[in-house]
Amino acid sequence: MTKTDEAQVVLRLSSITKRFGKLTANDAISFDLAKGEVIALLGENGAGKTTLMNILFGHYTADEGEVEVFGQRLPPGQPKAALQAGVGMVHQHFTLADNMTVLENIVLGTEPLWRMGFGRSAARRRILALVEDYGLRVDPDATVGSLTVGERQRVEILKALYRDARILILDEPTAVLTPQETEDLFATMRKAVAHGLSVIFISHKLHEVTAISSRVVVLRHGKLVAEARTADVDRHQLAQMMVGAEVPPPAVREAAPGEVLVALEGVSTPDRGAAPGLKSANMALRGGQIIGLAGVSGNGQAALADLIGGLIAPASGRLRLKDGVPSDWNPRAALAAGIARIPEDRHKTGTIADFDLTENAVLELYAKPPFSRRGWMDWGAARDFTQKVIERYDVRCPGAETRIRLLSGGNMQKLILGRVLETAPDVVLANQPVRGLDIGALTYVHEQLLAARDRGAAVLLISEDLDEITALSDVIHVISEGRLSPAFGRGELTTAELGVWMAGHGFEGETHAA
Amino acid sequence: MEIIDILISASFWTAAIRIASPLIFAALGELICERAGVLNLGIEGIMVVGAFAGWMAVYLGGGLWLGVAVAMASGMLFGLLHGTLTVPFGLSQHVVGLGITLLATSLTYYCYRLALPEVTSPPKIEAFQPFEIPLLSDIPLVGPALFSQTPLTYLAFVLVIVVTVVLYRTPLGLALRAAGENPAAVEAQGLSVTAIRMGAVMVGSGLMAVGGAFLTMSAFNSFFFEMVNGRGWICIALVVFGSWRPGKTLLGAVLFAAFDALQIRVQQTSLGADIPYQIFLMAPYILSILALVIMSRRAQVPAALMVPFNKGER
Amino acid sequence: MRLEPVANPTLLRTVGLPALALFGTVVAASLLAMIAGAQPFSVLGLIVKGAFGSKFAALETLNRATPLIFTGLAVAVAFRAQLWNIGAEAQLYVGAVVTVVLGTGALAWPAFALLPTIAVAAMLAGAVVLLVPTFLKTRFGVDEVVTTLLLNFVVLLWVSMLLEGALKDPMGLGWPKSARLIAEARLPRMVEGLRLHWGFGLALISALVVWVIQRRTTLGYEMRAVGLNKEAARFAGIPVNTVLIKTALLSGGLAALAGFSEVAGLKGSLTLDISPGFGYTGIIVAMLALLNPLGVVVAALFVAGIFVGADSMSRAAGVPTYLADIMLALALLMMVLAIMLTKFRVRRD
Repeated sequence: MTKTDEAQVVLRLSSITKRFGKLTANDAISFDLAKGEVIALLGENGAGKTTLMNILFGHYTADEGEVEVFGQRLPPGQPKAALQAGVGMVHQHFTLADNMTVLENIVLGTEPLWRMGFGRSAARRRILALVEDYGLRVDPDATVGSLTVGERQRVEILKALYRDARILILDEPTAVLTPQETEDLFATMRKAVAHGLSVIFISHKLHEVTAISSRVVVLRHGKLVAEARTADVDRHQLAQMMVGAEVPPPAVREAAPGEVLVALEGVSTPDRGAAPGLKSANMALRGGQIIGLAGVSGNGQAALADLIGGLIAPASGRLRLKDGVPSDWNPRAALAAGIARIPEDRHKTGTIADFDLTENAVLELYAKPPFSRRGWMDWGAARDFTQKVIERYDVRCPGAETRIRLLSGGNMQKLILGRVLETAPDVVLANQPVRGLDIGALTYVHEQLLAARDRGAAVLLISEDLDEITALSDVIHVISEGRLSPAFGRGELTTAELGVWMAGHGFEGETHAA
Repeated sequence: MEIIDILISASFWTAAIRIASPLIFAALGELICERAGVLNLGIEGIMVVGAFAGWMAVYLGGGLWLGVAVAMASGMLFGLLHGTLTVPFGLSQHVVGLGITLLATSLTYYCYRLALPEVTSPPKIEAFQPFEIPLLSDIPLVGPALFSQTPLTYLAFVLVIVVTVVLYRTPLGLALRAAGENPAAVEAQGLSVTAIRMGAVMVGSGLMAVGGAFLTMSAFNSFFFEMVNGRGWICIALVVFGSWRPGKTLLGAVLFAAFDALQIRVQQTSLGADIPYQIFLMAPYILSILALVIMSRRAQVPAALMVPFNKGER
Repeated sequence: MRLEPVANPTLLRTVGLPALALFGTVVAASLLAMIAGAQPFSVLGLIVKGAFGSKFAALETLNRATPLIFTGLAVAVAFRAQLWNIGAEAQLYVGAVVTVVLGTGALAWPAFALLPTIAVAAMLAGAVVLLVPTFLKTRFGVDEVVTTLLLNFVVLLWVSMLLEGALKDPMGLGWPKSARLIAEARLPRMVEGLRLHWGFGLALISALVVWVIQRRTTLGYEMRAVGLNKEAARFAGIPVNTVLIKTALLSGGLAALAGFSEVAGLKGSLTLDISPGFGYTGIIVAMLALLNPLGVVVAALFVAGIFVGADSMSRAAGVPTYLADIMLALALLMMVLAIMLTKFRVRRD
């Protein structure tokens, strides 16, 4: 353990413990942050990183332990106190009001509520000065809803800087950025440090950690398991500290591509608010392959997923299935065509929280025998099916009649996986399949997707995590503002080159053969 | 043509503004609640409470403005109840609102019966008298309509301006709007969503009650059952019609009231003799439904309206 | 303050809290009765006696419960699918109008053919009335709470117009009242000599039918799914709009049966005051029953008992009958709070 010079300690966490029911999310965590340091808080999903930072910022109250900022004890559970003490947080899920302007979002809460007016022009001047200084290009009068994900993150950062944050917390900031935007973010962080700020940034991406941090703090299952100077450790050691053992990357066998099961021929779909539709997209999903879709979130992935999933139909162009172009396109037609969908948000779209496991398991299948006949449900058959899924897919639960909201995210995802894979689909549409899952569940899901592919299914993998895409995909497309790049083979492009496509360049004058 | 004659008569527009006044108060009240993210279906009942409480205060000897204050306070009390159940406890805003309408209405009728057990015709009070603003009220047509109204009407118009300024030009208004758009944003900036929403519901409910009080203290001078008669629900439609903006809501209220005043007068004409009076009475409600249909298609709804905010749910 | 889910609620919690809510209602009612100058416990005793104390009272309660079971079911079915049907009152009246139109001699059929025909026609009419706001909701996104509410006023005025015009009883004394139903259009008594008509039996059967639909049919499953999470249902391929339309048909039809039952079973003709707010009270019944169809029967009996008992109590003790409405409003609010507290615990931050 490195000892920090007392005079330089800006933040001290002492024995922070937080329990949620039986789960101990943070277990007696203590560490210091020194002035000008950049600490990377590392750990896999579920390790307790976000919880810890939420405690620091005041969204949660710790059950035990204390936080000291600049030597003063921080009153727990009050974001207001944290903000006043100089702690600023850039949340993983942005806390912005889409229908209001950038300026309004930034000044919200900065003036006492009893005052009769704003210093609007003074605020604008300050914001523009910060924009200039830190290179966070954004228009103060733009409506947040019209901004890209990268721009919105800049607003989140500006919010903290506007309030004179001396300690900046960034929660998984690079999850939604292109490689270039990530570089810009790191430049901003270095600028902040040069201005005397100290930074904690949460990540599970090892190459970023080594690039930007001066120290690393590793959490695992709620405990602090390691602390080191970044210069003293390498990626393998970090990975080992994160999960306790070296996790080998999934064994990917050679792909033998089969016939085209789903093809997009010049498909366009309308924009939906800020989410772009597809623009003359061409894509072929072949059996026995994993087709990865790389791209920054909000660039048309939702449109593609909804298209193939049956929720929208092409406005122009054609969606061709194995048996031809379907006359009617809706979720049931997609299911009938052998397309299995794993939705992006298991809570919002994938499951019904207050239904039990059985009722959730038959969500897509209930209308046909054996689960129902002529309008009458056969709950016995449904329960048998659910039991089979629970056993085959390792869904940890008290029983098939448990309400699904009581299950962990990983087990919910396994149920969803099981219910779609049990139908032996030809195509699997996996939309952010491992988002928010711990390493155990994540590995399991990847194995299942690979197994499906080995059985001859076409797996479309949509993910914000470029590493996941490059590790698993046989074929990669990049999506940017609704445009699809041509297909690239495994290893054909470097991460940086993919990043260029993700940023929207490369689409003009496509030199690569489709 | 009789209708044209009606439309250009000063008395018509005077009546229209008078009819609009309770709607303006109540619709502004609902607007404040909904902008902060809370649908207040207690509006109908709270108007009843305000109508009774204000009138009763005057009947028992208080001054008119004291009556208005009492009405406002009684509305705020029910707003406190609504807010407590829907904001920190997160109960269904639909159910709580309807429950409060029933509770407020039945409590009012109960108290009225207890206070005045043997009356056959409702007792009268000395209501607000029209106050002519010199010079301005002499302008043809517009003059009497806008400047020969009771003080409460003037207050309504002033309130529209006040609410607009507060909502769009003060930190409080910004916080309130943000609470209705994304409560997480409010919380992350160190403000309390609970306090803002509860405050909004209480103030909004107070205004609704004043709207009710207008009926018993300005438009008429006594309280009778079925007095509010669905005005509360119409105000909910008016807020949608006004796209949750005070100015447009005012416009909607005046348009609606003009229509209402028109239908009353058309009943007296030769046209009115052939058509059953019920058709005329139906018209305001049908108009409200139409207004909802037209505006819902382009509505700029506060994004977090009716979404309860659960602290710590991340 | 924060709300935390309770993983394994104890029996004390699940039963005790609702019981506490009802107890709280009773206490509040007693206090109000005291203000009116009556003895609190005597008031409650009078209510209970007035509701169930004699054969006459009990039958009166059952009769009063009949339309409440229908509207309670109508609301419960709709609310379960997140379709906020506040218009049961309008649907009830439309059902009553259809009953009168078909049952005053227009169709000279024997009872076994006439009654089912009128019932079905009434149900269709009620369904259509709810279909309009539902269609506006699915097609244009118009909130159905306000549209169904406003329609109540419109329909009531329309009925008033009919009773003074087209449906007016030519042999009446000028009162706005419809002609009387022919004998074949009347619902028979359930038991010889007792003032209980088959509307009550029909209500019980309806409750059972709704229960079977919800638990055992695909439609019931779809309605529950749509009500709990419309997006997930849509993603899974459930035809959400079709389900909402079917829900509206069922809900509107049930509410209309309340009107049919009151006219064909109880009153024999239509007047404007045939419903003292059964449509609205149905909402309270449905909420107290936690949207469970069998619970609706119990809740309807409870609510009917309160009303019938309060009428009688009011005559005896001089306390205004509005006490009943106050009690129900309090019961509703406290129950909803209690139910939430059985699933969540309040934590100080």
